[in-house]
Formats: sequence, structure tokens, C-alpha cells
Amino acid sequence: MYGATIDLMDDPRDDAEKLAAFEARIAAGEKIEPGDWMPEEYRKQLIRMISQHAHSEVVGMLPEGTYITKAPSLRRKLILLAKVQDEGGHGQYLYHAAETLGATREEMLDLLLTGKAKYSNIFNYPALSWADMGIIGWLVDGAAILNQTMLAKASYGPYSRAMIRICAEENFHMRQGQDIIITLAIGTPEQKAMAQDALNRWWWPTLMMFGPPDTDSPNSTVLIRWGIKTKTNDELRQTFINQMVPELQSLGLEFPDPDLLYDAESGNWITGPIDWDEFWRVIRGDGPMNKERLGARRAAHEDGQWVREALAAYAEKHEMTSAVL
Amino acid sequence: MENDLKDALAARLLAMGDDEAILGHRDSEWCGHAPILEEDIAFANIALDEIGHAQVWYALHAELLGEDAASYPDELVYRRSAGAFRHAPLLELPKGDWAFSMLRQYLFDLYESVMLAKLADSQNESIAGAAIRIGREEIYHRRHTQTWVRRLGLGTEESNSRMQTALDALWPHVMELFRPLSGDATLIEVGILPNLGDVQTVWEAAIRPWLTESNLAIPEAIPSNYTRTHHTKHLATLLDDLQEVVRLYPEGSW
Repeated sequence: MYGATIDLMDDPRDDAEKLAAFEARIAAGEKIEPGDWMPEEYRKQLIRMISQHAHSEVVGMLPEGTYITKAPSLRRKLILLAKVQDEGGHGQYLYHAAETLGATREEMLDLLLTGKAKYSNIFNYPALSWADMGIIGWLVDGAAILNQTMLAKASYGPYSRAMIRICAEENFHMRQGQDIIITLAIGTPEQKAMAQDALNRWWWPTLMMFGPPDTDSPNSTVLIRWGIKTKTNDELRQTFINQMVPELQSLGLEFPDPDLLYDAESGNWITGPIDWDEFWRVIRGDGPMNKERLGARRAAHEDGQWVREALAAYAEKHEMTSAVL
Repeated sequence: MENDLKDALAARLLAMGDDEAILGHRDSEWCGHAPILEEDIAFANIALDEIGHAQVWYALHAELLGEDAASYPDELVYRRSAGAFRHAPLLELPKGDWAFSMLRQYLFDLYESVMLAKLADSQNESIAGAAIRIGREEIYHRRHTQTWVRRLGLGTEESNSRMQTALDALWPHVMELFRPLSGDATLIEVGILPNLGDVQTVWEAAIRPWLTESNLAIPEAIPSNYTRTHHTKHLATLLDDLQEVVRLYPEGSW
């Protein structure tokens, strides 16, 4: 899973010489490490991106979490539970990566719970059937893998290394999603209809996961110059479409896009227009599940308050500070 | 194997599988909602282990009945009605707050540890082997949950009071774990199953001091009205959730 980058940024105003040396290191393919000099804007952009990414993992536990208890076999239940658990683990790596830049987990969580920090828009859509577990695994994690494979090459060392670990696990997530959809597509007519319905609902939101079109993506230029991103939103989106369309069509599933066509000259599958109004609407908080997702995170946080207080009190009494919190 | 013995063993294995499956299910409800991210991960791990242990006991149950060990466990979990489940009702109670879930897990972990240690000497080799394998994982559960009991018992006034409330509610149900099934006597006689009274004695000797040192008062032992064959209303609700997808298209394979 991942968070799209959407905020505007200021021009860097750091010392020109240091900046030139920093940019030369990035151009030479070196990794920037926590103690190294970096422009303030690079640090800020990274904290924003990494914490959004961490929040996306943690909020991303919720839609699939709904189906852990309903998974239709013990094997599916174990796999789904392990997958959602992995996402918690990814959140944990990523919060740690952001901490190397001076952010604290408490600050980051506070920004999430007060609605100031973003997380991936995709999790503001509801999971309505078992087939959604398949589509989320295949499409949503498939999209995340493309983005994260790119970010594994990011110039900031801790982020890049977190991405390498995460991508390895995401590949299993995508395969479990594929396996669910294949099973449904060759199952009873009702099961196949369930898979089709899930594809209808998730296809467009998944395409939006790559962020706004390049013509409307103000961060991309500097993120690419500083080696945080190495591909544009549209490039990644096109790779994703080209990968997914033939695979899902081969199962007899149809895309909810009457304009979808194959362009032999470019070798690309071309989709109809994406509804960017919907994208911005959901980002602003008017998606189908924004309130529920944030509400669930807040409830977990508030319900857990007494537990965290007890841990702190116990640690203090037993001089075990930092052992637990 | 004589029929009486076989029936008794099948019933006991089913009960052991059901204990693990139902508790694992309840624990899995925390994933995404735990008080700290580290526990979303750790408690999910315990849930995964418990469900994995259920598969082990169910597979032995299936083999004994001549059923397919790979597919029969799903039949048991997804196609039975509430009245046919044989776990202790303690394990089906709603997850409650963190104190309730953690304390229940601890009470069960310790029961299971004692039971598994004794089952490792079972005259039935398959059971003894499974008990040794499962026992290795249970060590980590117990270590984790007993530490939590200590922290919450001795943490703040509120955490202590929540733990006490949980203990008062759970204690009567704990006795359900030690009540024998009708065929257990036969199994005890031939050395397949330990005497549950002995299990309870060892369990109490370990649990009482730990709870007391965690500043929790152990209630009077008044057994609940529920047994492995007489469940609370919560089981039906639990199964409505657990079996929801399978019931939607019963002829489907998943």
C-alpha cells in the first residue's frame, strides 16, 4: 500500500554549495543516510511521504480486517490474517524510517487522528464482499508494488531499505489476491458475479492510486530530481494497466470501461477518462468511508489510552522506560 | 481401536480443536484495533498460532474418523451449527476490552501449557507428538500474556480495576475447561488423556500466585451454567459472522 503525494512544496532555500554537493551525490546514485546533510525541504517531503505511507498501511488494515472473521476457509483465514498483520508490520518499519528524520510516532499519529495527515485514498472505499479481498490483494497491492519497487530505489537509505523488505511481502499479498479471484472466476456463476462486481467497484479507484495526472502533479519534478521518485504517476499507471488488463480478461472478467482499447502502435491499453473530480472529492474527505476509517482509528486509539497509560506507569515503577513504549 | 474408545478420542480431539479455533477467531478480531501497533502484530500472531493448532487437532480427529484431513476441518468449522461445537464457552465470549481478551488468553495459555505437558506423555503417539510441537509455541504465548497481566494488574488504578472486572467475569467460566466430556474417563484409563482434576491442580498452583502478585483478587469458585455441550448466546452470533460468506453460496468452493 502507499500514499499518493499531493501537497504543494516550497522552493528549497538551503545553502547553495551544500545543495549542489547533495544533488551531485544523488545524481551519482549514492544513498542519503540519517546523519547526512539534506535540504530541509527534502527532509520535510520525506517525512510527509513516509508517514503517509505508514498511515496507509495502518488504515489499510481496516477494509481487509472486516473479512478476517468471515474468511471462508481456515486456510484463507490464516492467509488474510497474516497479510493484515504484515501491513501492521509495514506501518511499523515505516514509522521507524520516518523517525530517523526526526519525526516521532506520537506526532505522526496525532496528525493522522486529527485528519491533517493523508493516507492512500483507496482505503476510503468500502469492502463489501469476499471478492473484495481478492481484488484488493491483486489490484491494490499490485499497484502498491509498482510504486514501491520504484521507491526501493529512492535516494533516502532507510526508506529504500524499508521498501525492499515490504515489496518482498507484498508479492505474496498480490498472489493471495489473484488466487481468491481465480477461484471465484472459475467457481459458480454467483461467485464469478461476485468477482465481477468487485472489479467494477475497485478498478477506477485503483487507477487513481498512482496520484493525479502528470499535468497536475506539482511534486513530481522535485521528487524526481532528488531521486525520491524515479517515474511519473502516469508512467506507473500505464504500466499497471498494461499488466492487469490481459490478466483479468483471461479469466473472463470485464472492465467497467466501454472505452478501453488496445493501441497496437504504442503497445498500451488505453482507458477512458478517469474521474479526477472523484479523486479530489475523496481526498478532501468526502469519500464513502473517510469518516468510518478515521473513526475506527480514533476509537482504537481512545480505547487503548488506558492501556498505554498502564504500560507507562508500570515501566516507570519498574524503571523499564523505553522497554515497552 | 474399540468403538467406545474411538468415539471418546474423537470427541476429545474435536473439543481441543474447537477450543483453539474459537479462541483464535476471537483474538483475530483485534487485528487493526489493538491499543498499540506492536500488539496488532503480536496478538494476530497468537491468533494465527491458535488457528494453526486447531488444524492439527482437527486433522487427527478427521483421520480417526476416516475423513480427509485437509478438507474435513473446514467442514467442521464452516458447516456445523452452534449446538455441535465442543469448545469451552469461556472462549466464545465477546472480546471485551483489552484486559478481558488478554486475561482470557493468559488463563487459556496456562491451561494449555499444563495440558500439553501432560499430553506429551500420552499413550497415543500422534497426540504426544502434536503436543510437543504445539507446546513449543505456547511457551511464547504464555510469556507474552503473563507479562501483560502483570503490567495491567500493577499499572494504574484503572488498569487494575479493568483487570479485576475481567477476572470476576472470566473466573466462573474457567472451570468449564476442567469439566470432563462423557468419554474422557475411558481415555484417562488407557493413558491417552491426563486426569483433568490433576491439570486443574497444577494450573491453579501456577495461576493463583501470579494473579495475586499482580494485585488481583481471585473470586470464589462458582462455576458457570455453561458447558462444552451447552453454549452461551454469543456462539450463534459468532458463527453468523464466521460462516457468513460460506452460507451465502453453500455449494461454492473457496
